[in-house]
Parts: sequence; structure tokens; C-alpha cells
Amino acid sequence: MKKVVTGNHAVSFGVKLARAQVIAAYPITPQTQVVELLSEFCASGKLNAKFIKVESEHSAMAACISASASGARAFTATSAHGLALMHEMLHWAVGARTPVVMANINRAMGPGWSVWTDQNDSLSQRDVGWIQIYCESNQEVLDTTIQAFKIAERVLLPVMLVLDAFVLSHTSEPVDIPEQELVDEFLPPYNLKTKLDINNPRAYGGLTNPDHYYELRYKIQKAHNEALVVIKEVCDEYQRYFGRQYGLVEAYRCEDAKVILVTSGTITSTARLVIDEMREEGRKVGLLKYRVFRPTPRELLRDILYRAQKICVIDRNLSFGHGGIFAQEIKSVLYGLPAAPPVYSFVIGLGGRDVTPKDIREMIEYTYKEEIPTESIIYRGVRL
Amino acid sequence: MTTKTQIKNFVIPEKEYMYPGHVACPGCGGVLAMRLALKALGNKTIVVIPACCWTIIDGPFPMHSLHVPVYHTAFETAAIAAAGIKTALEIQGQKDITVLAWAGDGGTLDIGIQALSGAAERNDDIIYACYDNEAYMNTGIQRSSATPKGAWTTTTPVGNPKGEPKKNIAEIMIAHRVPYVATATLAYPEDLVNKFRKAQQIKGTKFIHIFAPCPTGWKMAPELMITICRLAVLTNVFPLYECENGIKYTINVVPSKPLPVAEYLKLQGRFSHLQESDIEQIQKMVDFEFNFLLKKAQLLV
Ligand SMILES: Cc1ncc(C[n+]2csc(CCOP(=O)(O)OP(=O)(O)O)c2C)c(N)n1
Ligand code: SF4
Repeated sequence: MKKVVTGNHAVSFGVKLARAQVIAAYPITPQTQVVELLSEFCASGKLNAKFIKVESEHSAMAACISASASGARAFTATSAHGLALMHEMLHWAVGARTPVVMANINRAMGPGWSVWTDQNDSLSQRDVGWIQIYCESNQEVLDTTIQAFKIAERVLLPVMLVLDAFVLSHTSEPVDIPEQELVDEFLPPYNLKTKLDINNPRAYGGLTNPDHYYELRYKIQKAHNEALVVIKEVCDEYQRYFGRQYGLVEAYRCEDAKVILVTSGTITSTARLVIDEMREEGRKVGLLKYRVFRPTPRELLRDILYRAQKICVIDRNLSFGHGGIFAQEIKSVLYGLPAAPPVYSFVIGLGGRDVTPKDIREMIEYTYKEEIPTESIIYRGVRL
Repeated sequence: MTTKTQIKNFVIPEKEYMYPGHVACPGCGGVLAMRLALKALGNKTIVVIPACCWTIIDGPFPMHSLHVPVYHTAFETAAIAAAGIKTALEIQGQKDITVLAWAGDGGTLDIGIQALSGAAERNDDIIYACYDNEAYMNTGIQRSSATPKGAWTTTTPVGNPKGEPKKNIAEIMIAHRVPYVATATLAYPEDLVNKFRKAQQIKGTKFIHIFAPCPTGWKMAPELMITICRLAVLTNVFPLYECENGIKYTINVVPSKPLPVAEYLKLQGRFSHLQESDIEQIQKMVDFEFNFLLKKAQLLV
């Protein structure tokens, strides 16, 4: 069934179709509508779930983790300051190996207060061990929500799906909402083998001496490696069921590209238009959409990017004191390859500043023109 | 106001849910408190423990000393983690399991109070027990908001002891109008067990504040643990009472002639620096608070 829905409501419909059982959330703009609709679904009985109206994001995450450890499918959504407040519990979710699913609406961090989009909130949680998937359209948001539960539950890692504030969260698009029966077939009920159980009284998460701790961390990394395979399988299976494919990354017109542009989130849609235009002009440009950020699809990125002469990375984020985060990631993936293409690192669109087709074309032109990147961070549109 | 000094025909269950091998210090009040609480609640119980001495006491992975499931959680999340478990069990149709949040005074009165207050306001169906040893013991005896006025801790040294009185967590919880709030201590084990049993029968948020001395942090002889608990009650330093629905108070022990607070203070090294005048001041404060409690209990007889 096609429905015109916002990105936020695409998440809500995804969660409903996934039959989440425990939802705990705290309001923050621009996330609020996600959980408003979910609480309506719960209240009307359309979704057989319990909604815990918590007093903070920290508690929202704590509740999701303990509910998940008790065998219930758990979901929350947040944004920016809410995500930052959860930080401790984001670590906990990973260490406890609980497949919690969360939607984060990418919003800039204060001060100054900003409700508009950029990626510094989610990317500053890069190292906590969550799987992170960046979405481009409302359809992808809905589909990824459903996929996220399956991925999380197969590898026992929490999954964060990320969508841009307002550009997706509050913008309506036609979205194909799958049939419940088909989703039920695709996503069987959550069945956690080792969970809190009075008939098998174990302690979870207790004091762990140096004798054991390291191995537990090693296993988390193994699970991330496994996730690279599982995500691909889940995407393929999803395509068989619902006819849509996303994959770990998307390579668009990259085969013979001399310059490959790397984007994430909604900038990708704008970039695709620019790539088409430039292709018509006979320019050999390609686009790589970075979708699954963690685990890093290292081999895939190498295969696609290595063949290009130059890589142009657009970051709507900034790791202060270093640079754009996606650019860093790409550089580290290419490191050590003989004659690896140089990476041009652009920072743009912070705090929701518009990123136009003209901007994108200029960044590609710059990459063409300059023999090597003239600066380690190239700022676009900063007005000083 | 009703007064009960004895619980008739009641014996403490023999069945143990706490095994030898835990790693608490000798004479730890927190240990005996858990042992009694679980005797009252039985095996259909899940215990949630935030960062505190009990994180260690239960034993390091892969061992543990309780014969019920234990879920460890972050310092400030005992109440909500317990609520998350209870909610998850309910949606899966397991309605008869008691979820017990078990936290220290720091994890309850300080860093955990937001989640505790949230749970109380929502009336989440959990028992929350705070074993109160009046300081952050796990990190090495630093003051908490449960540390009494005048006490030594490593962050309230002898030259500058704790200046503020203890935060009254039981009254804070009563003000939330939760269905059941009680205080308890180890010198009155039947009373303690009874209160946990009662709490288990009630739906909603139940809060039990357990006075649980820490010989290590209080600089006291471990074998005096029960004596000190009894003195705390008989001096009115820690009155035993219950409150239902934020209104109906029952004081369980009203000493006919309260003992002087000095009797209680002098057994603990953490108060050894106190002068006569300090003790007089503390005595006045204790008298005032107990009379205030008596008045509240008389309001709705
Ligand atoms: C966010 C956070 N801050 C600080 C700590 C360090 N910490 C662990 S236990 C503890 C003290 C616990 O005191 P209390 O709750 O009174 O229990 P007790 O150790 O006295 O039994 C502290 C401060 C922590 N684990 N987490
Ligand atoms: S430090 Fe105190 S509370 Fe902690 S285990 Fe030892 S006696 Fe018990």
C-alpha cells in the first residue's frame, strides 16, 4: 500500500510492522512524531506493545536494554542531545549484546541551539559499537527500520538508523508500506536464547576480571565482521520479499568514473542529479552512497574507490581538531594500497545549511582541477 | 496511628537464595539485607543491581552468589532497568515475577533519583530497595546525600565533616504517593521480611529503605552490626515505619523511652571527632524529626 508519509512516520510504520514489544522514549525535536504515532498505535491496540513514557533519554535506553535482555523486541528514537545523553547506555547496549533498534534523527548539537540537520550527534557515537545505517529517502527509512531488527537480532548488536532532520523527518514522500503478513514472514518473532529467566538464574553484566573482559570485546568485533555478511544477506532477502535493494553501499555510475563523489544521507539525492547532469556533459563522475557506516564495509569501498583517480568526500560533520569523518574513514580504508587515489575532504552544510546542486558541482570541479587537495579540510560556503 | 512492636506467628523462611562465596567485607549490612529480602520474595524474583558494593559482592563473572537472575546495570538506572524488565515480562505474559531493584544510597538518593522518581510517578510495578550505608562505599567511603550531619568520610574529613543533614528519601518517595514505602533494618528481621512480603503483594512502585551499616566505612567492629541497627531504632535515629499511598503512616517501633543518640554514635569511629555540643545538636535534630514523624502519623488516624 502506498501512503504519503514523513520520514518520522516511516519509522513509526516500520516499528509497527516489526511488532516491537517495548518502546521507551523521550521527546526531542525533530524526533517527537516518531513516538507520538507509536504511542497512538499502542493506545489503539494497533500495535501490541508497551510504551514506557520515561523521564529522560538515558532512561529510555536503559529500559530498552533491560527489556531486550528479558526477551522483548525493544525500540526507541531520539536526536542530538538525547543521543548524547544516552552515551553511557549506548556502550551498555553493546556490551550487554542486546539487539535494541533506535532511530536517530540527525540534528546539530548546541550551543548555539540548532534543530537542523548535521551528523555530529551520531558520528560522535562512532566508537560505542552500534551498527549505524544512514538513510536517504523515507522509503529507505521504513525498509531499514524493518531490516534493522532482523540484523540486530541475528548478530546481537544494537542498530541505529539515521535520517536527516527535516529534510526527511518532516518531509512527506510516497512510501510503499508492506503487508503485515509478509513482514511477519520476513521477520520472525524475537527469540533470545540467553535471557533473564527465573528457571535459569544467571548474572548478566557483572564484574569481569581481566581474565575474561578482553574476549568479550573480541567477540563484539567478530559480531561486527559477521554483520557485514548478515546485512548483505538481509538486504538480499528483503529484495526477494519486497523488491527493494540497498546494500552496504551504493555505487552509482562508478564503473569508469575518474572522480568518485562520496556522500551520505539526503545529500546523496541531490548529488545523484548532479552526477547525471555531468555525465550528460561527458564527465566521468560517479557517486558512492555510504549507507552502512558501522561496521565499515572496507573491502567493498576499496573495490569501488580504488579504480578512480580522485575521491571527493562530502561531510556534513566535523571532528574538531581533525576533519570530516567520512573522509577520514575513506582515507583509512584506502591506506596502504599502492597508488591509492587522493581524498579531497569537503565540509559543508553544518547546522542544516542548504547543500545545493551548485555546491556539489563546485566540489567535484575543484577535485577535477586541483592536482592534490590544497587543504586538509576544504570548507564550502563558510561565510567569514 | 497504629503501633506494632511484634509480628505474631511469623518465622523467617529457611530457604536460602544467597550462597556462601560472596565477596563482601565481614559484618556487611548490605549482605544480610539481601539474604533476608530474597527469603521473603522467593525464587520468582529478578534482581537489578546498579554500580555499588553489590556489583562486587555477588561475585565476579562467571560466578555469582544469588540463586535468582541478576541483571547488572549502570549506576543511575536501577529503577528504569527494573521497569524495563517488568514491562518486557508482562508483554510476554509472565505476570507473576517480582522485579527487585537493589541499589545503594548513592545510586538512590543522588545519581539514581531521576530514574527512581520517574518510575514512582509512572507507578511502575517494581520493588525498589535501597540498602543505605550512608556513603559511597564501593569507591572508598565518600560522602553521599545520605551521609548524616557530622560524619567523617574521605571527602568530609575530620576537620570539615559533613555539614548537611541526611536527605530524607523515604519522605521524598512518600510525596510521590506510591502505594507503599517502608523503612527496615537488620536488627528487626521479621519486620524486614514482612515488609518485603507485603510489598510483593502490592501492584505499583514499592520503596523500602533499609538501614544497612558498613563496618568498613563506619569504622566500627563488624560484630556490632546488629547492635548498631538496634540502637539506630531505639534512639530514633532511624525510625521503623510504613506509609501506604503517601498518606497512611504506621510507625512499627515507638521506643517508650528512647535511648540517647550518644549511645549510637560512640560505637562508630566516623563520629569519634564529635564534641559534646555536636552530639547535643544531633540529639535535638533526631528528636525534632521523630516528633515530626509522629505528628504526620497522627494526621490521618
Ligand atoms: C556514572 C557513574 N559515576 C560514577 C561511578 C562510580 N561509582 C561506582 S559505585 C559508586 C558508589 C556507590 O555508592 P552507593 O550507591 O552508596 O553504594 P555502596 O557502594 O555504598 O554500596 C560510584 C560513585 C559509576 N559507576 N558511574
Ligand atoms: S565496604 Fe561496606 S557496604 Fe561495601 S561490602 Fe564492605 S561492609 Fe559492605
